[in-house]
Amino acid sequence: MPHATDAPARPDVQTLRDISRELRADIIRMLVEAKSGHPGGSLSAIDALVCLYFGGVLRYRPAEPEWPERDRFVLSKGHCTPALYSVLARAGYFPRERLMSFRKFGSPLQGHPDRTRLPGVEASTGSLGQGLSMALGMALAARIDGSGRRVYAMLGDGEIQAGQVWEAVMSAGNFGVDNLTAIVDCNQVQQTGLVRDIQDEEPLAAKWSAFRWNVIECDGHDHAQVLDALDGARACRGRPTVILARTVKGKGVSFMELDYNWHGKAPSPEEGERALAEILAGESSPAPAALRGKGDR
Amino acid sequence: MGAVATRQAFGDAIVRIGGDPRVVVLTGDLKNSTHTEDFAKAYPDRFFDVGIAESNMLGVAAGLALSGKVPWACSFAAFIANRLETVRASVAYNAANVRIVGTHAGIGIGDDGASQMALEDVAAIRALPNVGIVQPCDGPETQRAVEYLLDHDGPAYLRLMRQKTETVHAEDYSFRFGEAEVLRDGADVAFVASGGLVQESLGAARILEAEGVSARVLNVHTIKPLDAAAIVEAARACGRVISAEDHNVDGGLGGAVAEAIGEAGVGARLVRVGLRSFGESGSTAELYDRYGLSAARLAGAARSLLSR
Ligand SMILES: Cc1ncc(C[n+]2csc(CCOP(=O)(O)OP(=O)(O)O)c2C)c(N)n1
Repeated sequence: MPHATDAPARPDVQTLRDISRELRADIIRMLVEAKSGHPGGSLSAIDALVCLYFGGVLRYRPAEPEWPERDRFVLSKGHCTPALYSVLARAGYFPRERLMSFRKFGSPLQGHPDRTRLPGVEASTGSLGQGLSMALGMALAARIDGSGRRVYAMLGDGEIQAGQVWEAVMSAGNFGVDNLTAIVDCNQVQQTGLVRDIQDEEPLAAKWSAFRWNVIECDGHDHAQVLDALDGARACRGRPTVILARTVKGKGVSFMELDYNWHGKAPSPEEGERALAEILAGESSPAPAALRGKGDR
Repeated sequence: MGAVATRQAFGDAIVRIGGDPRVVVLTGDLKNSTHTEDFAKAYPDRFFDVGIAESNMLGVAAGLALSGKVPWACSFAAFIANRLETVRASVAYNAANVRIVGTHAGIGIGDDGASQMALEDVAAIRALPNVGIVQPCDGPETQRAVEYLLDHDGPAYLRLMRQKTETVHAEDYSFRFGEAEVLRDGADVAFVASGGLVQESLGAARILEAEGVSARVLNVHTIKPLDAAAIVEAARACGRVISAEDHNVDGGLGGAVAEAIGEAGVGARLVRVGLRSFGESGSTAELYDRYGLSAARLAGAARSLLSR
């Protein structure tokens, strides 16, 4: 029986931008209230997650979180719970007020995602480098079952320094699982500095495609581009797809953008007010122009 | 006496011994959290950030050690000490002089929650031949332990905390690898503790003293090799033992204490205080209360043991 929310109908791009703006604000509010957590990678990831959950891509039933035929999303960069939880709340998995219990004692909204405590979380993560392997397992299970379920995993560009990620990349390429899509949030910054200064990974597209992946690059803050990329992934046969979403860590809050000091620190109430003012007043469709530039070394 | 996090004391100590050309420091995108930034600035040629790639870090450290260096491989305990097969094959089996430095051990880290809380690292590494395990409880003990480990022969795991703990040792404290320290004498019940649970046990002993109960506190800074003699002596003298650790009791300090007492054939009652599940998010105080690790809860455990 088809269900209204299996994959919500695709709204226009402006609606998705408005949702992103709302959820950016929720992310800031959660972090201020929790007094700890990870703003940078949550703000860079949110646009892609909004497209996935609200752009008519992911099929899911918040009222029936264990629906066997749902698509799966694995947040491999598990520290970005503010982004995931704000999305799950808006999707209807739990009331939005609960976001304010983030990281508090007894809350199902743990610092990192815990599938045993919160419906809607597909895999408990937080130790980086393991999510793509789990997602591959889910994709293979769908293949065995002859099901059309699709699996999505989001990784960080720092995270993909982990060897296990490349083990998963190699085996997924060899297994030719076309129901698996990896989204790499290429926000250029990891915990203690720029990715290219700590361990340069470029050229990334060449690496993934050498392992037999369909590679799509896009501006990860441009909803139209992200939707095209997700559609491209669904259309691709015989190979898994990686979406290299070129983003800005801390996107939408000027004093956080590309500054590693905002990787894992909550804004004070005063900083939170400034951030909210920027987000709520700001252009909701971020200008992509000067994202990378020097990124090809 | 003040309070300091043992990870901070480690960062200070590694700079002080950094003049020794054998010292090499590695990290995996965590030089801020592991307090190795000062070393990185002072000795950039002997500092390596391998990125988020802890298995690689362990292997590289082993190679450095097999070439005469004394590498300190630093990350959260959950991500480095728990990478067991690599520790086993590259470090332990090679008897490579690697110092595995795991910070953010236990539920004491608080809000980040279970995925970042190493609670099985001691049990895992305890099963590996050749690897010593040291868990200091305060700043001076960490400093002296680091100085000792510079010349220690063989691999070692240094388990450190994120949260600050009260200083209980004087600066001129002399660290004796493998020898438990009696921090407080007592005859009714013995707390056998390690890391931050040493301070909680001292707090429990003070609470009990006001109730007329005399509690001994043993600081087991070296979990392997274990000072079984000191533990057995405490069990004989007090007849009641409480092991206390921010770690899973199965295979951790609690397991080690049970083995020591059991093998010695002493008739003592043992309660193992520690974790029996994964951790969760919360403040250190909330979690220590919830999981029975606070001074008040430890005193309560002693009371019920005494009334049995
Ligand atoms: C295995 C492992 N090593 C280290 C960490 C600590 N850590 C948490 S987030 C992070 C940086 C992640 O950078 P990136 O993947 O780029 O994430 P983003 O910038 O999107 O937040 C680090 C080192 C971890 N969680 N897991």
